[in-house]
Amino acid sequence: MKEYNKLIFEISKEGRQAYKLPPCDVESTDIREMIPQHLLSNKDITLPEVSEVDVIRHFTLLSNKNYGVDTGFYPLGSCTMKYNPKINEDMASIPSFTGIHPYQNEKTVQGSLQLMYELSEKLAEVCGMDQVSLQPSAGAHGELAGLIIIKAFHENAGDFKRKKIIVPDSAHGTNPASANVAGFDIVEIKSDEKGNVDLDSLKSVLNEEIAGLMLTNPNTLGLFDENIKEISKLVHEAGGLVYYDGANLNAIMGMARPGDMGFDVVHMNLHKTFSTPHGGGGPGSGPVGVKKELIPYLPVPIVEKKEEKYTLNYDKPLSIGKIKSFYGNFGVLVRAYTYILSMGAEGLKKASEMAVLNANYMKSKLKDYYYLPIDKVCKHEFVLGGLEQGLSEVTTLDIAKRLLDYGYHPPTIYFPLIVDNAIMIEPTETESLETMDAFIEAMISISKEAKENPELLKKAPYNTVVRRLDEVRAARYPVLKYTKTI
Amino acid sequence: MFPYISNTFEDEKVMLKSIGVETVQELFSDIPNDVKLDRELNINPSMSELEVQKHMKTLWGKNKSTEELVCFLGAGVYDHYIPSIIKHLTSRSEFYTAYTPYQPEISQGTLQAIFEYQTLICDLTGLDVANASMYDGATACAEGAIMAVESTKRKTIIVSKTVHPEIRKVLYTYTKFKNIELIEVDEKDGVTDTTKLKELVDSGVAGVIVQNPNFFGIIEDMGLVEKITHDNKALLIMSVDPISLAILKTPGEIKADIVVGEGQSLGNHMNFGGPYLGFMATTTKLMRKIPGRVVGQTVDVDGKRAFVLTLQAREQHIRREKATSNICSNQALNALTAAIYLITMGKQGLKEVAHQSMQKAHYAFDEIIKLEKYKPVFDKPFFKEFVIQGHESASVINDKLLESNILGGYDIEKNYPDHKNALLLCVTEKRTKSEINALTAAMEGIK
Repeated sequence: MKEYNKLIFEISKEGRQAYKLPPCDVESTDIREMIPQHLLSNKDITLPEVSEVDVIRHFTLLSNKNYGVDTGFYPLGSCTMKYNPKINEDMASIPSFTGIHPYQNEKTVQGSLQLMYELSEKLAEVCGMDQVSLQPSAGAHGELAGLIIIKAFHENAGDFKRKKIIVPDSAHGTNPASANVAGFDIVEIKSDEKGNVDLDSLKSVLNEEIAGLMLTNPNTLGLFDENIKEISKLVHEAGGLVYYDGANLNAIMGMARPGDMGFDVVHMNLHKTFSTPHGGGGPGSGPVGVKKELIPYLPVPIVEKKEEKYTLNYDKPLSIGKIKSFYGNFGVLVRAYTYILSMGAEGLKKASEMAVLNANYMKSKLKDYYYLPIDKVCKHEFVLGGLEQGLSEVTTLDIAKRLLDYGYHPPTIYFPLIVDNAIMIEPTETESLETMDAFIEAMISISKEAKENPELLKKAPYNTVVRRLDEVRAARYPVLKYTKTI
Repeated sequence: MFPYISNTFEDEKVMLKSIGVETVQELFSDIPNDVKLDRELNINPSMSELEVQKHMKTLWGKNKSTEELVCFLGAGVYDHYIPSIIKHLTSRSEFYTAYTPYQPEISQGTLQAIFEYQTLICDLTGLDVANASMYDGATACAEGAIMAVESTKRKTIIVSKTVHPEIRKVLYTYTKFKNIELIEVDEKDGVTDTTKLKELVDSGVAGVIVQNPNFFGIIEDMGLVEKITHDNKALLIMSVDPISLAILKTPGEIKADIVVGEGQSLGNHMNFGGPYLGFMATTTKLMRKIPGRVVGQTVDVDGKRAFVLTLQAREQHIRREKATSNICSNQALNALTAAIYLITMGKQGLKEVAHQSMQKAHYAFDEIIKLEKYKPVFDKPFFKEFVIQGHESASVINDKLLESNILGGYDIEKNYPDHKNALLLCVTEKRTKSEINALTAAMEGIK
């Protein structure tokens, strides 16, 4: 296949057309009779002019330069790149779901409202929460909603001193970032050598200025913190609330629930745990769930059921308000709902069991070639710290880039921050033994290359359409759009 | 048993042996017993595809969509033409099952598409730099407000009451907890009251937010707003309808500092509220303050042109609590949709969509006010939406219209109680003359 290297602006030609609209069938008035000249633009707009064939070939050839879950394995820790079922896509594109305006009379959208209501109930059950809002558009957005709920709860109790959120040093970057956007200051605590919350560190920072603690369990090393009940008890005793980052939910569905661990607020990532596709960077969906005491603070509207009729309730005086227009990423909700119908109670539990089994298997095979900082039963993901013999000139980045030559998307690298040269691997339950064995072979091969031929890795990849990019140049001399060179 | 779980019972045994345990349950022994769930999840049992389809059919069967209803409802979400090519390209699994393009070598498809999307947004808005998208127009506006506060180091944001009520609600939630003062400035005769605005804007104001066309569909005269804002060294933030940019003065020509808007009209379905996309563009001066992902052009080690996520030091995965925003996932597939739409419609197509929407909206307006029962509420130039006052409340009119399978307008009185019985109607290029005549006839028939 010849390599395709054109920008759409470079194949644009005046007069080409890719669309056809019916002619305007109302009598046309001169535009200047409708709109005064000074409100109109002085310039003609600039958009490409291409034919439909041009558009199809352009984007089809672009797509050929992309790797996706449908192309191959994505062992990305913390991302849960599981298979995206196709029936979800079919259901999400049904016109009786897509062709609905959010402001339609409720009696014309009972099907969509019922879907949202049932989805929020199912998600609440999986997490052990009392009510769920489907409004947030992404995990970070769910975090923001959850943190604002915590703030509103304290302020409503007349407690304005609680301006700080505790975040472990192992946390995902969105945790402190969201806390900042919610107007909190961050108190970072160190994890112990197992990546767990160090109880003494925690006790030393708990006081009446703490609004809450953000945590994920299993943690970002893929390890379950057995002290979780003690942790939530300590925070509650100090008057704070406990927030669960649901990114790692795929490890425990049907086994344990954040609600039973003492968490007060939870967000879920539908584009991780619940199989909705990543889209190249979105759209996602990050529903937020709360315990009873926090229900009044959920964003509005909430979908409610009254005698077989579904309705949008805006009458919640203590609500934090709206964090997004309308009700949520409905198109993503349809996919997650379809997935939960397909999997059912036994399927979700089996998914978590297999996710954990797959991760432990891969760990057992890789630990002789790569440095494993903690050799303990993991959950759905585990973290390596570079090569077994220690890294010399070959870095984790070089290993990742060399994996591209073997046809794989690399695992998550340099996260969590508490492990040097981190390589975080999460296979998910949808991968087969054969796929994992082939990936393990590639990783073993690379570890040998690192010893025998380090130069090879430092210049990798060789087999991709583009090779190592000059990222320094991209940041120092930003070119963020196409400009026609005369 | 489950088509999405590959491993067989035999595979499980091989893996358990390698790990050195007997059962999968042993791998969960680190979960304390008082935390373990000792029952089944109380949700549906698993279903086959045929059963799922049957169930979903009963759900969508309870909806009435634009398959049955003729849509004259706008108010921020629009029934515009969606070219059939879009679905075929966005449903390519190399696009929709791809991860965020952090490994550029195998993500050039996504990265180049976003680079083209950024270029298109800059060309449309007349500004220099665009990001890869935000969740929707409302959150883009909120992030724009925060951007203004961070860059000017001032603490007040002014927003016109002619900005969409949902946007204002989201702005309020975002600013309240960051101790940013949000002040709403009144509307007068359907547009921002510039007299009141002049009194409110001072050296404590970081940004002024105006929507154009505004929530009433009216094209605001931005000249005075711009002058008042910049005389006080505040930033001008405009929330715009991307379709209108085919003919209206661009935010670039108006000298806006930050532009945001809802990109749903660009090839995305109405989808009962989402997913949509918020577009955002700004000046070169504010480039490093923009939130969200940004794709840049560079070269690889062989000198080939290539695209990469850049200026990542602004983002959460690098700067954590010092990031310009907490945003991680954006709306990449919806941005791809918008790019394909703008490229497919092209220069002539977007102009034609704007012109037809405008012509048809004005035709509908003229026909409706010929009926004595309905009066215009404002006397200002409008784009594709307008407000009329009925003899009955909006909900009575809409109920009657629904009987004729027509989706009526938005109830303006709900958010603007001074405008009694006011209805906001929208006409896009998709509406035909006979559909508009049917609307008029139905409205005439309402006693």
